[in-house]
Amino acid sequence: MAAATTGAHSGAHGGPKGVFPPFNRETFGSQLLWFAIAFAALYLLLARVALPRLAAIIEARRARVDEDIEEAGKLKAKSEAAIEAYEKALAEARAKAQVIAAEARRELMGKAEERKKKLEAALAAKLAEAERQIEATKAAAMTHVRAIAAEAAGAIVEELVGKAPGKAAIDRAVDAALH
Amino acid sequence: MADPIHQFEIKKIATLGHVGGVEIAFTNSAAFMFAAVMLIAGGILLATVSRNPVPGRYRSAVEIIYEFVADMVRQGAGEAGMRFFPLVFTLFSFILVLNLFGMIPGFFTVTSHIIIAVALALIVFTTVIGYGFKQHGLHFLKLFVPSGIPIYILPLVVLIEVISFLSRPLSHSVRLFANMLAGHITLKVFAGFIGMLATGLGVFGFVVGLLPLGMTVALTALELLVAVLQAYVFAMLTCIYLNDALHPGH
Amino acid sequence: MDPVIGKYIGAGLACIGMGGAGVGVGNIFAHYLAAALRNPSAADGQFARLIFGFAVTEALAIFSLLIALLLLFAV
Repeated sequence: MAAATTGAHSGAHGGPKGVFPPFNRETFGSQLLWFAIAFAALYLLLARVALPRLAAIIEARRARVDEDIEEAGKLKAKSEAAIEAYEKALAEARAKAQVIAAEARRELMGKAEERKKKLEAALAAKLAEAERQIEATKAAAMTHVRAIAAEAAGAIVEELVGKAPGKAAIDRAVDAALH
Repeated sequence: MADPIHQFEIKKIATLGHVGGVEIAFTNSAAFMFAAVMLIAGGILLATVSRNPVPGRYRSAVEIIYEFVADMVRQGAGEAGMRFFPLVFTLFSFILVLNLFGMIPGFFTVTSHIIIAVALALIVFTTVIGYGFKQHGLHFLKLFVPSGIPIYILPLVVLIEVISFLSRPLSHSVRLFANMLAGHITLKVFAGFIGMLATGLGVFGFVVGLLPLGMTVALTALELLVAVLQAYVFAMLTCIYLNDALHPGH
Repeated sequence: MDPVIGKYIGAGLACIGMGGAGVGVGNIFAHYLAAALRNPSAADGQFARLIFGFAVTEALAIFSLLIALLLLFAV
């Protein structure tokens, strides 16, 4: 409907005036001329100046980004190597520490054992000494007992008989009683 | 109602002189072509003033267009097609800017003239033929002889291939010019209805006139799409045709 | 009969061709949508081809419209 309305209208007004402008051959030459100049100018400007400049900037950025990525990769590898070395050192140190600890323990245990043995020996010696002393004291006491018993026997006999017996008789009698 | 054809008329701005009895005049069409040239070349040169590798907002936009066209060429014609990148970029930007100029009210649409579209298509066509023969010699003619076709139907296939090849510049140019022409006429016709209704029906006309007004707004959006799309299609078909010149034989 | 009438009839007939192109454009988008719903991840990659097919098909409609316009304004 739109086309029909326009058509009717244009048929009444623009029709006789003539040619449809896009098909007007009279303008073709001039349009082609200006188009050739404009397009050639644009092509040369873009191909020779503008696009290479833009491409250079983009290329430079791409190169720089690639470089940076490479650099970052290198740094990452470096840091990974450092971490590995550190972990290795840590493991080594741990192993060493264990060895040292074991050695120390062994050493300490040996020392303790030695001290214990010494102590035991000392104690045993003391014990023996004490036993000997006890024995001596006992023996001493026993001799004292004999003297006392002889004295007491002399005194008793003197009391009962009124006359002190001979020393030899008392010793005999005491020995007989004691054994 | 305004004449929908009036917008396509070429007007003389200044007469520059006469060559062999033919008047050489600077026209509105030429003025818009040169405006487009200055806008495109100036726009890109302005973006490259700063060489900072980190692009600003403006250069980012320019680089997006650059990469868009570069991707189009790579997709359509392969890596070898990048030698034609300046040509495709020039065609794309020239058509795009001229189409978009046409969308500004009062501006002249250079691409709505068949002679401009034919000239653009012939640039592509002659580039394809010239480069094809220069690079491949007579092997370029293999383009018309698809492999793996039985001999008895081969003449028919070759005939079809030749016709389809020769009709390319025609469809290539008519598509561009007809899209722009038809779109602008439709737009003008619908816009003309508004004035017709308003003057013819008075207050009632103003109310009813809102319908064609809405239509005009919608058509303007569509025409903007078409303006960009036709530039894109023209450039993409150029890449596909150039691909034939680079790699003849299917 | 006024021969101008033939011009207008011809313009109207030429517009019929746009119907076929309309079917074609609808077909393109219908199939794109159907395929995109089946495999949405591949849909974005085919957008350029969609637009390309649309433009090529739409050009046929424009050719019809052009004939109509030529009959109305240029002949």
